[in-house]
Amino acid sequence: MNIVQTDFYTQAILSMAALVGLTSFLMLGQSRLLRLIFVFALQGLLLTSTTALAAYSLDNPHLYISAVLTLVLKVIFIPWMLRREVLRMNMHRDIQTLSNKTMVMMGGASLMVFSYYVLHPIVQTTSPVMLNALAVSLSVVLLGMLLMITHRQAIAHVVGFMSIENGLFFAAIVATKGMPMVVELGVAFDVLVAAVLFGIFFFHIRTSIDSMDVDLLNKLHEVDK
Amino acid sequence: MIAVYLVLLIPLIGIVFFALGGHKADTGKINVRFNAICLLATIWLAINVLNQGTILSSDKAFLIDPFNVYLIVLTAFVGLTTSIFSAPYMAHEKEIGKLTDKRLRLYYSMYQGFMLAMYLVLTTNNMGVMWVAMEAATLATVMLVSLYRTPESIEAAWKYFILCGVGIAQALFGTILLYYAAVQIGDVENSLLWSVLYENASKLNPDILEIAFVFMLIGYGTKIGLVPLHNWLPDAHSEGPTPMSAVLSGLLLNDALYAVVRNKMLVDGSTHNNVAGYLMMGFGLLSFLVGALFLHRQKDIKRLFSYSSIEHMGMMTFAFGIGGPLATFAALLHMTVHSLTKSAIFVTVGHASQLAGTQSMDKIRGLIKTQPKVGWGLLIGTLAIAGFPPFGVFTSEFLVLLATMHSYPWLAPLLLLGIGIAFAGLFRHVQPMVYGEKPEGQLPVKANLWPVIIHLGLVLWLGLAIPGFLANWFSQATLLISGSTPL
Repeated sequence: MNIVQTDFYTQAILSMAALVGLTSFLMLGQSRLLRLIFVFALQGLLLTSTTALAAYSLDNPHLYISAVLTLVLKVIFIPWMLRREVLRMNMHRDIQTLSNKTMVMMGGASLMVFSYYVLHPIVQTTSPVMLNALAVSLSVVLLGMLLMITHRQAIAHVVGFMSIENGLFFAAIVATKGMPMVVELGVAFDVLVAAVLFGIFFFHIRTSIDSMDVDLLNKLHEVDK
Repeated sequence: MIAVYLVLLIPLIGIVFFALGGHKADTGKINVRFNAICLLATIWLAINVLNQGTILSSDKAFLIDPFNVYLIVLTAFVGLTTSIFSAPYMAHEKEIGKLTDKRLRLYYSMYQGFMLAMYLVLTTNNMGVMWVAMEAATLATVMLVSLYRTPESIEAAWKYFILCGVGIAQALFGTILLYYAAVQIGDVENSLLWSVLYENASKLNPDILEIAFVFMLIGYGTKIGLVPLHNWLPDAHSEGPTPMSAVLSGLLLNDALYAVVRNKMLVDGSTHNNVAGYLMMGFGLLSFLVGALFLHRQKDIKRLFSYSSIEHMGMMTFAFGIGGPLATFAALLHMTVHSLTKSAIFVTVGHASQLAGTQSMDKIRGLIKTQPKVGWGLLIGTLAIAGFPPFGVFTSEFLVLLATMHSYPWLAPLLLLGIGIAFAGLFRHVQPMVYGEKPEGQLPVKANLWPVIIHLGLVLWLGLAIPGFLANWFSQATLLISGSTPL
């Protein structure tokens, strides 16, 4: 594939994919919660601009609605809610030590390679651009999971969860030019409800264990310790 | 077609109605009425399907065929009987001060919300909407798991939320890949409609569909409770209110399996090899054996029966994976009898733990002496779920075994072993709870055991003779899924 020969839209999508992948790695290595939330908002912004770009280039007006939904939900509402929570719990000065940063980053890199490997069979049927876009989306999903595994704060879990949604959304926009409208509205509705529920949960976790460290949620297990 | 809209509209009204007035004394009874009307609507729908065959709504948004119509009726039926059980149960919980008015409103409103999500999963023709409804079912039930606000229940709800949320995200990725394969053959607007996909399944790219199915199985499999994605299930079942455990076990797991099977039908039509089937067999068998073994280690009565659910869901997934007409027929029957039996068991378990004031099996004793109906209900329910003849579970397990011996004879010993282990695991716990002397001061509770009697009666009936119209549906559904009929 010669990148100069492709049209502007394809080139833009490729660089967007690279940037979205980069933000996922940035989140993975972040030890301060406020910065984590900021990078998450940045990822949402990249997603919004990708959607708007797709809407403009493909002349598909319903994608503008998705872009606005993403902007409101992922760039404004969820980061605002999480930030408020961090400030309220006075956690913005805490530095979370990741147990083995190098290993986590290496793991992240291998997950990305793995995504390319998994989706490789698709390459025969489609352009290499699609492969890149889909593989980056899948690795954003997997990196979101890794983020949830390596971080112990409930807020970092929510960021991981929502960044998984971002990855899926990116796949839907780039590979299929957006899902049908009814599905996209449904997904956005689910994300909104999930965000509200997370807010309620923060309150419950705070009142029940007086902390946001999910390692303290360890009462339920198979055998008595 | 009006029946479909009615089925979806009634729970929608219910959500709003109970959110406003769900704390009043007679709410339990109104909830029963809502579910009863819904059951009538589904029966009307079923009669329509019986007379006309498959119904596709004019805007192609809803599809009712023999495969989902019986699940819709089953959902409405279990929803109704569980609401009959939940009315006095929740009143008792409020009396002993475990619940406030606000939480009662939340409970009844979300009960209807959950029912709406279940009906939508079953009736929709759109694979994307199916995903949305499945996620909505998680969101509706997550606050119910933490209804008691104990640290344990909050932990269980958090686990349920995160695990199922992340899990089901995989299914969305699978759905996106499916859509990606579908848009390549044109007709972008209708590319996620199951009826369109099914007709064009042979044109879909098999490589993409295989990858998509792996994601779908992992995603929806988390909700089925397939090992190793099952961790949320025992926690959520044991910490939430018991009516919730009954509907989770009886309905949610079934509907998640339904979603997987719908996708398998597409993948099979495209790949023409049995990769999807092998994956389901592997996961199913693993869940079946692990579930059976874990039965032995349980201390909490609701955890015990949730592991039994994992075991049975594993067996159904395995049977759908085998794929022949006999195995598919058996799996469809097993879905029905398991959901009837398991929800009946959770009803008796709820009363038993209210009697003893605890869910710990070491402390529940002498149920038959305290309240014979509860004790016998639990005992007969356990007999039925363990696969004793003449109950329906025996019939379906026997058919699964028969199909296994026919197609994969070397797997049959594993199945038999699992059934044996599960049997021992259930009875070593249930026997001391039911028999024996009652502890000092244990008094009967107000209980309505009609749901249990009706459910177990139906399971018995299905074990002795399957009524003609139901057998006809099962074989039509089998024809749809496996391509030929068993009879």
